[in-house]
Amino acid sequence: MAIEDDVLVVGGGLAGTTAALAAAERDVQVRLVSYRQSTLRNASGLIDILGYTPAGDGPLVDPFEALDDLPTGHPYERVGSEAVREALAFFDGIVGDAYAGAHTDANALVPTHGGTVKPTARYPTSTAAGLASDDRDALLVGFETLPDFEAPLAASHLEAAGAPFTARGVTVRFPGIVRDDAKVTRYAHLLDHDETVETPAGETTAREALAETVRTHLEGEARVGFPAVLGDDRADAVRADLGDRLGVDVFEVPMGPPSLPGIRLEDLLYEALEAAGVRVTTGVPVVDYETDGEGTNATDPERIDRVVVDRNGAEVPHRATQYVLATGGLVGKGVQSERDGVFEPLFDCHVPQPADRYDWFVDDVFGDQPYARFGLPVDRDLRPLDAGDDPEFSNLRAAGAVLGGYDFAAEKSGSGVSLATGYVAGRRAAEGCR
Amino acid sequence: MSDAEQPTDDGVPGDDEFEPIQVFPEAEEMDLRPGADNCYKCSTCDTNCPVAEVDDEFPGPKFQGPEQWRLKRQDDQDIDDSVMKCSNCMRCDSACPSDVPLSQMHNTARGEYVEEQMNKFSREYVRNRILANYRRLAPLGSMFPRTTNFVMGLSATQWLGEKLLGITGEREFPEFATETFREWWTKRGGANVDNPDKRIAYFHGCYSNYNTPEVAKALVRVYEHFGYEIMVPDQHCSGTPMFANGMLEDARRSAETNVRELAAALEDGADIVASCSSCSMSLRQEYPELFDFEGTEAVAENTWDAVEYLRVHEDLEGELEGTSVDEFDDFAYHAPCHARNQGLDGQTTEVLAPIDGVAAHDVGDSCSGISGTYGWKAENYETSMKIGEEMFDHMEESEANTGLTECPTCSMQMEHGTGYEISHTLEVLEAALVGDRTEAAAQ
Repeated sequence: MAIEDDVLVVGGGLAGTTAALAAAERDVQVRLVSYRQSTLRNASGLIDILGYTPAGDGPLVDPFEALDDLPTGHPYERVGSEAVREALAFFDGIVGDAYAGAHTDANALVPTHGGTVKPTARYPTSTAAGLASDDRDALLVGFETLPDFEAPLAASHLEAAGAPFTARGVTVRFPGIVRDDAKVTRYAHLLDHDETVETPAGETTAREALAETVRTHLEGEARVGFPAVLGDDRADAVRADLGDRLGVDVFEVPMGPPSLPGIRLEDLLYEALEAAGVRVTTGVPVVDYETDGEGTNATDPERIDRVVVDRNGAEVPHRATQYVLATGGLVGKGVQSERDGVFEPLFDCHVPQPADRYDWFVDDVFGDQPYARFGLPVDRDLRPLDAGDDPEFSNLRAAGAVLGGYDFAAEKSGSGVSLATGYVAGRRAAEGCR
Repeated sequence: MSDAEQPTDDGVPGDDEFEPIQVFPEAEEMDLRPGADNCYKCSTCDTNCPVAEVDDEFPGPKFQGPEQWRLKRQDDQDIDDSVMKCSNCMRCDSACPSDVPLSQMHNTARGEYVEEQMNKFSREYVRNRILANYRRLAPLGSMFPRTTNFVMGLSATQWLGEKLLGITGEREFPEFATETFREWWTKRGGANVDNPDKRIAYFHGCYSNYNTPEVAKALVRVYEHFGYEIMVPDQHCSGTPMFANGMLEDARRSAETNVRELAAALEDGADIVASCSSCSMSLRQEYPELFDFEGTEAVAENTWDAVEYLRVHEDLEGELEGTSVDEFDDFAYHAPCHARNQGLDGQTTEVLAPIDGVAAHDVGDSCSGISGTYGWKAENYETSMKIGEEMFDHMEESEANTGLTECPTCSMQMEHGTGYEISHTLEVLEAALVGDRTEAAAQ
C-alpha cells in the first residue's frame, strides 16, 4: 500500500512549508517530505519582496510598484501582484509578533553584518530597533570569538553608506565562551538558559555578565546591536533582559550562515505545520515517480500517480492527488548541474540553458550571470513546462528557488518568490483535489 | 603523502583523450574524499549538534567529519580526542544539505582513534568495551535475573561502578526480565502461523530480548494478527553501541553474524523487521557504510522498521480504524534521533490517530541526550542531562503522563528525567489489534 494523502509537498524550505500551510487551510490532508534540512538555516531570516529591479535599479522604496513591470516568465509575473500581497498577508498571520514591517508597503532598510543595508519587506522583531532609517546613534558589539561579525568595520561601512546616525563598533569577549570556534547555538543556549559563567569578578549569570561587559563601552548611544546569537527559543526574553540591564534598545544584526534568525523562522513554520495537521516526514529523499500512464499528448499531460521515498534503502510509495515541487535551486540542489547540462533531478523537468556551458556565465563576477536564472519555466498555474511550452504533468506545480527566470541574489527577491509561489501552488493544489 | 600530491596523470602530450576529472586513482579502501569535497562549510550540521550546543569544548560535526579527514592527509596528525565526545546521535547526517556522510566519517575516525591512540589498559577503554559489549554480559545477568537486578540496584554496586569504571551512579541499571524473549519464543514452540507468502525475520536486538520482552511479544502478536509467519534468526548485537565507542572490530564480528543469518532469511523469502530504531538504523545505514560482507547491501535494502513495514504492506490504518484501547492513556511521544534519520519522525502520531482512547503528543525535535551508552559514562552524565532538559520540559508541559518512544535508551532517559512510565508503539498496536495482554497471553 502506498502512504496516501491529498497533497504531497516535496521540499521543506520557505516555499514548501508555505505551500503545505496554504493547502492545509483548505481542509485537505497534506504531507510534506523533506530530505536534508532546508537552506533556511543559511538564510538571514529577512523576508524580501524586491529590493532591486532586474535591470539593477534600486534600492526600491516600494517593491509593489515595480511588480507589474517585471519581464514575462518572472515568478512574480506568473502569479500576479495581487497573489504576492495575499501571500505576504498569509505569512503575517503565521508569524504574528515575531516579524515587523506589515504597517507599510515600503521597504525597510536593515543593516547586515557587513555593514551594508538590505531593502526588505518584513524583518524579525529582533532586528527592528536597528533599522538604518532610525536616526538614533548605535553601538555595535562584536565578539572576539565570532569573527563573522567585525563590529568596528560594520559600523564604519554603515556610516560610509550614509546612515543618518553615528555608528560605533567595539569588540569584546563573550563571557562564558572559551573556545575560539564555539557554535552559534552555544552562544544562544548560554543566554536562553542564563547559565552560570565565570568572570574575572566571580561567578554570575550569562546575561548579567554580557550586560556588564558592554556597559563600560556605552557612550550614550540609545541602541546597541549584537550579532544574531541572542538566544534561540527564548530570544525575546534575552533581548528584553539585556535591554533592561543596559537601559537601551537592543537589536540583532542578521548574520551569514549558519543563522539563528533562519533557524527561528524554520521553527515557527514547523510549529505552524504541526498545528495545521500537516504530516511531516524528514531526513529521506523522494527518488522516483510513476505516472498513471494516461494522457500522452500536449493537451492532456500525464498525471503523477505516486512518488517513491527512499528510506535508507527501502522504497516507500507515497500517493497523492496533487504534488508540489519545492526542492530549491542550485544551492538547495533542486536544480543540479553536470559538465554537460543543468537538470531537475526528481521529475526531470525541462531546464532551459545554453547548449555550450561557456555561455552559462559571464566573466564579470558581479555581472548579469545567466546561471543565476536557471530553473523551471512554469505556466500561470505554476505547472512546469516542457521544451514545447506544454505542462510536464497535469498535477505537478513548482514553487520557490527551483523556478527559473529571476536572479534572487541580485534582486533581493528570494523569500518573496518562495512565499508567493508557495502560497499559490499550495492553494491551487488543494483546489485540484476537489 | 597526500593523495593530492600524487596524481596519476596518464595523459601524454598531444593525447586528446585526457579527461581532467580522472586525475585521482580509484579508491581501494573506503573513500571518504567525495564526502569531504562535498562540504561547502555551511555549518548546518553544527547547528544540529546537541553536544556542541551545551559544551563548547566539543568542536562539532563539521570539524569531526570533513575537516579532521583533511587534517589526517598529513602523516603527523593524530585524531583529535574530542571525537569521543560525539554522542553518535547522527543528527548531522540528515542535516547536511550536501550529502556529506558525516556519521560514517565520525565512525571511521573514532575507530581509528580507539585502535591507534587509546591505551588498551586504561579505565576508559575497559569501561567502553564493557558498555559496547552489553550483549555479551546480558546472558549472564539473565541467567539469574532476580539476583542480578538486586545486586545491580544496590547503591554499593552503583558506587563501585562509578569509582572503578566511570559508569555514572546517577542512573539505575535497566532490569533484566525473568524470561527472555527467546526463552518465551522457544517455550511457545516458535511461530503460530505458517505462511510461505508472508514471512518476516525479526531482528529483536538485545534490549527487547533481555530487558523488555513485552515489546518483542507485541510484535509477534501484531504480525501474526496480519497472518505473517515470523522467523527469529540467530543474531548478535546490531553494533550500535560498538560504533559509538569506536570498537569497530567488535562491530565487524557482530555484523558478520547478523548479515549471514539475515541474508539466509532473505533466501527463505522473508523481509527483515526491527522494533528498535537504532538496530534498524545500523542494519540499513551503518552496515553498508562500514562493511562489505556478501549480502550486506541486500540486508540493508530489505530491512524495515516494524511499524513502517505494516503500513506499506498492509492497510494498517484501515485496520486500526474503530479500534480502542483501555489500558493506555495519552502519550508524550519522543521521536528518537535514529528514527528521525529514517523518515519515521511523524509515523507514530499518524498511526495512533485512528485508535480511540489514545493520542500521541509529539514533544518536539530535541535529542533525548542519552544516545545509547553515551549518557552512562560519568564524564558525560551532566552533558546528557543538559541536552535532555528540553525534552523533559516538553514532556511535562504535555497533557499526557506516560511516555512513548521506539528507542530503548531514549526510553531510559525519558523515565530518568520525568519518572514517567514509557511504552513502545508496538505495545499500543498490540492492545488495539489483539486485545489486552492477558487475553493475548491466553492465545
